[in-house]
Amino acid sequence: MTIMTDPPKESFRLSMLLNDSRYRSLTLQVIAAILLALVIFYLANNVATNLAALGVSISFDFLGAPAGYDINQRLIEYTSQSSNLQAAFVGILNTMLVAVLACITATILGVFAGVLRLSNNWLVSKLMSIYVEIFRNIPLLIWILVIYGVMTVVLPAPNAFRGDDPSASMFMGISAFTNRGVYIPGPEFSRIFGETGILSAGIGWLVAIAILVGSFFGARIVNKRATRIQEATGVRPATLATNLAIWFLPLIAFFIITGLTFVVPVLKGFNFGGGIKIGAPLIAMWLALSVYTGAFIAENVRAGIQAVSKGQTEAAGALGIRPGRIMSLIILPQALRVIIPPMISNFLNITKNSSLAILVGYADVTATLGGITLNQTGRAIECVVLLMLFYLIISLTISGVANVYNNSTKLKER
Amino acid sequence: MAEVAKMQVSDEVAISIRNMNKWYGTFHVLRDIDLTVHQGERIVVCGPSGSGKSTLIRCINALEEHQQGSIEVDGTLLSSDLKNIDKIRSEVGMCFQHFNLFPHLSILENLTLAPIWVRKTPKKEAEELAMHYLEKVKIPDQANKFPGQLSGGQQQRVAIARSLCMQPRIMLFDEPTSALDPEMIKEVLDTMIELAEDGMTMICVTHEMGFARQVANRVIFMDEGQIVEQNEPEEFFNNPQSPRTQLFLSQILGH
Repeated sequence: MTIMTDPPKESFRLSMLLNDSRYRSLTLQVIAAILLALVIFYLANNVATNLAALGVSISFDFLGAPAGYDINQRLIEYTSQSSNLQAAFVGILNTMLVAVLACITATILGVFAGVLRLSNNWLVSKLMSIYVEIFRNIPLLIWILVIYGVMTVVLPAPNAFRGDDPSASMFMGISAFTNRGVYIPGPEFSRIFGETGILSAGIGWLVAIAILVGSFFGARIVNKRATRIQEATGVRPATLATNLAIWFLPLIAFFIITGLTFVVPVLKGFNFGGGIKIGAPLIAMWLALSVYTGAFIAENVRAGIQAVSKGQTEAAGALGIRPGRIMSLIILPQALRVIIPPMISNFLNITKNSSLAILVGYADVTATLGGITLNQTGRAIECVVLLMLFYLIISLTISGVANVYNNSTKLKER
Repeated sequence: MAEVAKMQVSDEVAISIRNMNKWYGTFHVLRDIDLTVHQGERIVVCGPSGSGKSTLIRCINALEEHQQGSIEVDGTLLSSDLKNIDKIRSEVGMCFQHFNLFPHLSILENLTLAPIWVRKTPKKEAEELAMHYLEKVKIPDQANKFPGQLSGGQQQRVAIARSLCMQPRIMLFDEPTSALDPEMIKEVLDTMIELAEDGMTMICVTHEMGFARQVANRVIFMDEGQIVEQNEPEEFFNNPQSPRTQLFLSQILGH
């Protein structure tokens, strides 16, 4: 006699689409997809019909037409005769400039404030608490206005530096803080790359960056060798002096060979000339984004360090490991897992919040493409779509990189 | 194996605690502790929760500070001098209730970390040492896994091996089996019994009374920060002197 263990095979019935767990979720997904397609079709159809009724057509031809306006803060060549596309690029670069600058300073500020807030020193930790609570609880918009207001009202105008008895003087004789911005000495390569000019300076800096990259790999070789020696003999050789030499000597040699000189800004006519001008709007944006987001990062850093259980420190201490090494070998590697993901969303916030730049007249992409170009050409839909695409691509790139990092450092569990 | 408790104890003093007091704020956790531990001695500390057992052994390797009295480990006086603390910590190993393995490092890296960075052992030697102790706790095949991939009992055995890699003269155990399932308790206790057979000086905070009977030279009962009673295991369990000890024993042995 045989015993049948398989359940009797049921033939497929239509009611199983809703009542059988094998088919139910599939059925619901198909229904949802159909509904979604219908909604999208309705919206697209609606937009097309209304645009046609208004006599509006979608076209990106305006990007090639001359922009017809000036931008005073720019990283690439641009005149009012340049195209709208170039104006957009100037804006994109300005957005990325202020975003990158603010990301760097906000991180430094945040890490310091976060670590110091955990300090045993009562005064230091309270000061950091005050910093965090004040800056993260007042809107960014107000900080931008306050900093810009202070800069333009309190700092002297360039003409205050003029005359036999000027009411303002240059800082250490080389930098001028004015209500139009800060003028600092600009580096120029006087030899090899020919006369001064944007191109030669650009090449010079590219070579300098290449040298730094070389130093980076050189330093890695030195550190790997140190690790090898430690693995073989147990004693890690001192690498600080060698590392410093590798980082700085080639660069200094390059600067001497190319005759790096700094051009000090001087008062010419109504304004300063020579050197580098950092406009008041850029400084206001940079500072405001840094101190505001720095307060958030400080809290992330504090949370990350506190998230590592005290038992880890105790276990490492009981093994005789010194506090500095406990921090670098045990606490930080674990804290970083907690710190990095919210840190990335703070970087995204900085990038997107930089669109407030229009408030103080900083020519970011929202001000050029989404502001003047939009108003002059009337191509609102195209401009806004391009703007959204730009922010989306930048943000997705940043979070993509973050995800790769997160996956590479994930804790292994069963 | 049951004869571990009869093993010889040397006259050499390993730990000497004199008139030690400790407060948490105004709370008096340890009162007038006097304790001498000889080389090779195995001591079990028991008592109700909050009686200061863990705090006592955590004072021995300076995880907690004491405010009064003195602690000497192998002739080194425990003070705020970092050199002395380093010296004592390199001679005293410790296992925790929650293992406290480093989750971001593999088992092998957990074991080699301290020998490499504290003892300055070459990596190869440190790894050989680590494998030796992993074999001793019977899990050499787990060397390349991460702590999160191991069972609780295995993790605690790794923690024991990690301490042994520093080749300590004294081992402290802070409720090593309280966070484990009954099945896993045995494998950890077996490891500790083996360690005792090798002549390791041990102070063990635990409620495993079977372990105490089998391994300990001395059982110490603590209550409210004081050492209430100490005796050889047989005497301690069969003929407890103080009423507090009798009550405690009747509660934990009563079922």
